[in-house]
Amino acid sequence: MDRMTLSIDGQIVAAEKGVTVLEAALENGIYVPNLCYHSDLKPVGVCRLCIVEIKGRGLAPACMTPAEEGMVVKTETSDIRNIRRTAAELLILNHHADCLSCTKNTKCRLQEVANYLGIDEKRLKRLRTPQRNLAIDSSNPFFDRDMNRCILCGICIRTCDNINGAGAIDFVFRGYNTTVGTFQDKPLLESNCESCGECLVRCPVGALSPKTSQVPAREVKTVCPYCGCGCSIYLGVRGDKVVSSRGDAEGPANHGRLCVKGRFGIEFVNHAERLTSPLIRKDGQFVKASWDEALNLVATKLAGYKGDQFAAVSSAKCTNEDNYVFQKFARALMGTNNIDHCARL
Amino acid sequence: MSFEAARQQATKEWKELQSGAVPLVYIGTATCGRSAGALRLLDAVRAELDKRKAAAQIVEVGCLGMCYAEPLVTVRKPNGTAVCYGNVTKDRAAEFVENCIVGDKPPADLVLGSIGEKSVPGVPDLFSIPALRPQVRRILRNCGSIDATNMNHYLAHGGYTGFARALQAGREKVIAELRDSGLRGRGGAGFPTWRKWQFCIDAKGDRKYIICNADEGDPGAFMNRSLLEGDPHVVLEGLLIAGFTIGASEGYIYCRAEYPLALERLRTAFGQMEKYGLLGDNILDSGFSFHVKIKEGAGAFVCGEETALIASIEGKRGMPRPRPPFPAVSGLWGKPTVINNVETLASVALILQNGAAWYAQAGTEKSRGTKTFALAGKVKCTGLIEVPFGIKLRDVVYGIGGGILNDKEFKAVQTGGPSGGCLPAAWLESPVDYESLAAAGSIVGSGGMVVMDEDNCMVDVARYFLDFTQKESCGECVPCRLGTKQMLDILKDITAGKGRPGDIELLLELAEGIKRGSLCGLGQTAPNPVLTTVKYFRSEYEAHIHEKKCPARVCKPLIHYRILTDKCKGCGLCLKNCPATAITGENKKIHVVDQSKCVKCGVCLEKCPRKFSAVECVPGAALQ
Amino acid sequence: MQDRVSAILSRFKSEESSLIPILQEVQAEFSYLPVDAMRRIARFLRVPESRVFGVASFYAQFRFTPMGKNRVMACRGTACHVRGAPRILEEISKFLGVQEGETTPDMKYTLETVACIGCCALAPCVMVNKEVHAKLTPATAKEVFAE
Repeated sequence: MDRMTLSIDGQIVAAEKGVTVLEAALENGIYVPNLCYHSDLKPVGVCRLCIVEIKGRGLAPACMTPAEEGMVVKTETSDIRNIRRTAAELLILNHHADCLSCTKNTKCRLQEVANYLGIDEKRLKRLRTPQRNLAIDSSNPFFDRDMNRCILCGICIRTCDNINGAGAIDFVFRGYNTTVGTFQDKPLLESNCESCGECLVRCPVGALSPKTSQVPAREVKTVCPYCGCGCSIYLGVRGDKVVSSRGDAEGPANHGRLCVKGRFGIEFVNHAERLTSPLIRKDGQFVKASWDEALNLVATKLAGYKGDQFAAVSSAKCTNEDNYVFQKFARALMGTNNIDHCARL
Repeated sequence: MSFEAARQQATKEWKELQSGAVPLVYIGTATCGRSAGALRLLDAVRAELDKRKAAAQIVEVGCLGMCYAEPLVTVRKPNGTAVCYGNVTKDRAAEFVENCIVGDKPPADLVLGSIGEKSVPGVPDLFSIPALRPQVRRILRNCGSIDATNMNHYLAHGGYTGFARALQAGREKVIAELRDSGLRGRGGAGFPTWRKWQFCIDAKGDRKYIICNADEGDPGAFMNRSLLEGDPHVVLEGLLIAGFTIGASEGYIYCRAEYPLALERLRTAFGQMEKYGLLGDNILDSGFSFHVKIKEGAGAFVCGEETALIASIEGKRGMPRPRPPFPAVSGLWGKPTVINNVETLASVALILQNGAAWYAQAGTEKSRGTKTFALAGKVKCTGLIEVPFGIKLRDVVYGIGGGILNDKEFKAVQTGGPSGGCLPAAWLESPVDYESLAAAGSIVGSGGMVVMDEDNCMVDVARYFLDFTQKESCGECVPCRLGTKQMLDILKDITAGKGRPGDIELLLELAEGIKRGSLCGLGQTAPNPVLTTVKYFRSEYEAHIHEKKCPARVCKPLIHYRILTDKCKGCGLCLKNCPATAITGENKKIHVVDQSKCVKCGVCLEKCPRKFSAVECVPGAALQ
Repeated sequence: MQDRVSAILSRFKSEESSLIPILQEVQAEFSYLPVDAMRRIARFLRVPESRVFGVASFYAQFRFTPMGKNRVMACRGTACHVRGAPRILEEISKFLGVQEGETTPDMKYTLETVACIGCCALAPCVMVNKEVHAKLTPATAKEVFAE
C-alpha cells in the first residue's frame, strides 16, 4: 500500500495515499472538530469546523483537501479558533438544547465539538436567540425527526441518496429557511422513505432519534433472520430480552447496513404469540409437542406420498444452506419439482 | 456570402441609412426607455407622422446611458446634423414631430446635445455636456446608436473583425494580446482574464466549456442588461473568441429571467449569427465549431458565484462547492470551464478588434481599460456610464452625476452591491480602481454605484444589505446561513431601538468569523456593508444604540412627527390625509399629533403646504 | 393537464440539466407548479421527487400556488430602497390588501418583491406583468393599477 508522510501540528504522521487531511489527522489520533464529515460518504465541506491552515495555501477545509506528501498542516491557530467558535456558537444557538432527554446525549457530535472548543454561556447571551419552534415529524413508525435539533450537515440526505438509493429527502427551501424535507415537505411516512434507518444511525446529533431506545446490557453477534442476504447483526440484550439491533460493520454481506426489517423488525423475538415449540393438531386443537414427536409424525405421513402429489414451500427466513437441503429433499427423496418459496416481497 | 463580403454589404447599408433623404429617428427602447414610456412615445410619433403624411425612418436603439432623461430620441436630418433629445414624453409627441423631425425649431427644454461632426447652432456637442464629458465610451460605444436586432449595424462598426483576427492569429497570440491589454475580470474579483483562460487551456479534458455569466444579481446594477439589450453581438463575439481560444465547442449564456428583453435580443442574435455562418459547425471554414445555449436563471443571487452557477446549469440547487478545484480545471460536468462576465467578454472583443495597446491607453497601471457603472441613487443624472479606471469618485458623483438631488448633502457612495461597502465623503478624492476601492474596504464589483445623501440612514442601509444577503444565502454553510441571520437580527434590533451596548463590537466579531469561515464569495463578502458603515459612520450606530435616535430620520421607531405650534395655520390638510386618524384639531386652530396612534408614515409632512412647513420629523421617539 | 405537461416534456431530453428549464415552462403554462406535474417531471428525468421539490423550492421564481391574473413585482433593489421603495411597497400592499407573496382573493393580483429589476436609474420602480413603472412616489404608486 502506498503511504506518505505529512506534518500535522509539528508531528510527522503517515497516511495512506488518497486520504484527505481530515482523515489523515483522525487516523493518527489528532482530533479536528467536524460535523458534516462521515467516513461512508463523499465530503462536502459545509460545516466549516474542520478548517485548518495549510502552509503555502492558507485556510482550507480539511475534509475536502487531499493530503499530500510533505504537506505542513496546522489544526489550531487563533484565526482558526475564531472561525470555529463563531460557527459553533451559531449552531448551538440554533439547536434546541434539551440534551438530557435526547437519545444522542453523550454521543452527540455537537456536544463533542462544544466540549472541545469550550463554549462560554456569557458569549452566547450576547447573541439574539432565534424564536423558532418547528413541528416534530413523528409520522414514521420507527424514528422521529426533530428539525429543531438539525444542524443541516446533509449526512442523512447523502445517505438516502448514495447508500440506500431511495432519495426520499433532500435540502428544500433556501437560506435560513433551508431544511431537510421530502417531496412537498410532507411527513416522512407520506414519502418514498423505506425506513431503513441508515440516516438515523449516521445523524451526528439528535435530529433523528429512534422511537424506542434502550441501551443493551450486552450484544450478541448473529445473522439477520429475515432473508437469505445473510446480513451480520449485533442484537442487544437486556436480561433475556432483545432490545436493539445494529449492523455489523465487519459483516461481508452488509458492511454494517441493514434494511427496515433487520433494524426495526426484531420485536417478534420477544412476542407473546411467537411459536417456540412444535404444535400437533389433536381433535381440532393445537397441542404442544416435542421436536421428536413432530418430526416422527411428519415423516410417517410423508411416506404415503410420492412425486407430484407432493409440493414443498420453504421460507426466506431459513438460511441458504437450509433451503438447499430442503429442495434436495423434495427433488431427490420426494421426486418432485414442485418447490416454492415465500421471498417474493 | 463570405464574411468580408457581408461586412462590405453591411457597411454600405449603414452608409445609405445615414445619408437617406428622410429624417432618421432613433428612439431608445431598451428596458429603461420603455419604463419611461418609450413604446408609447414610439406609437405616438408614428401616428403623428402618418397624420401629417411626413416621411421619416424610425430605428429602435438601445440605451445611451442617460437614463435620467428617458425617453431619449436622436434625430438625424438629411443635411447630416443630428440632435439628441431627452424627456420626450408621449404628451409632447405632436410638438416633437412638428419642431424636431419635420421642422427645425427644437424646444430648449428637450435638447441634450448634437451628435457627429456637424454642429448645430445653439446646441452643445452631446459628448461635451457634464454628464458625458468625463466618460470614455468603448464597451458602450454602440449602445443607443445602432439597432440591436440588426446584425448588419454591428458588422458595419467593426463587428466580428476581432473574432476573424483571433481565428487567423491562433490561440497563443490571443492569450498574449489579452495579457498585454491587462484586462481583469469584470465580474467583481478582478482576476486577470488571460490567466483564467490559460488555466483552462492547460487543464486536461476531452471537452471544455465557456460560460457567459449574465446573472447580474447585484441590486443597483444594470450594466449587463443595458449592454445585452443595446449591443448583444459584442458580447457574443467575445464568447466566440473565448470558445475558440480555450478549445470549447459549447458555450452557455446564463442570464436572469428578470431580463426578458435581453433574452429576446440574444435569441435574435443567435439566428443572425447562424445565418452568417458565425455559429454552428466549421465557422468561417476555420474548422472551429461552436454552439451556444441560453440558460435562464430562476431567481437566485448566489448563482452569480461560479460553482453555484455551474450547479444551476446542471439542474441542481444553486449551492456553491469549495474551491479548489477551480472551474478552469473541473467545472461544468467536471470538465474544464471558463466563466466570464458579460462585460469581460465585450472587452475581449474590443481588444481583439483594436489591439492591446489601444485598450491599455485607458486606465491605470494595475487597472487597465474602462469600466461601466450603473450610477443610481441620490444623484441628479442617473444612468449607465463608462469611465476609465483611475477617475476620481468625485468626478463621477459631481461631474457625471451632476451632484446630489435637490442639492442635499452627500453622505456615501455604495459600490460593489451586497459584497461592497459604503464610502464616505473623504474617499471622494480617491481614484476608482480595483486597489483603491479595496483599500477603502469596498470593491469595484460588477459596477453598481448607489449614491446616498443626508436623508439615508447608514444603519438602515447596512440592515438592508444584510436582509438581502440573508435572503439570498443558499443555506449550505454554517457561517453564512446562521451568521448573516444573526447579524440581521442585531441590526433589526438596533434600527428598532432595541440595540444593546456592545452590539457594535459583536457585529464586528461576527463579521470576521463569517468573512473567514464562509464557503463562497457571498458569505465571505456579506459583512462588508456592515464593516464599512461601522468604520465610517460609527456615530450613527451609537446614536441608535445609546440615544435611541435615528439622525437621518429613517428608522420609524426612532423618530417622531410633531406639528410646530408657531407655524400651524390649522388648514386641516394633515388631518384629512392621516391614515391613522392620529391628528386632531379644529379648523383654523393648531393641530396635534397623537403619538400613541401615529404610524409614522410621514403623510402629514408631505401634505403640509410648503409655505407653512409646520410638520417636523424629529430624531428620537416621542416622549409619551 | 397531463396532455399539457406531456407536450412540454416532449421538447426536452431526459437528463438532469433539463430540470430547471422544464420547471420554467411548466410554470409558464400553469402559472405555478402543480404537484402532479412535478411528479411527472421526476419520473421523466428519473430523479427522486424530493430533488424536484428541492430544486423548485430553492429558486425564487417557482411557486406552488396559482398566480393571480396580474403579477405585481415591487423592486427592492438598492437604488429603489434609498429612494423610498419600502413606502411604495407599503402603499401597494395597502391598496391590494395583501402582503408580499400573496394573491388577492379575486385572483386578480399577486404581489411579489424582486431583488432588482435593473431600472435603478429610474428608481423606485414596480413591474406589473411585463411593464415597468418608474419614478414612483407613495402618492402615485396606485397608478400602476390604472388601465
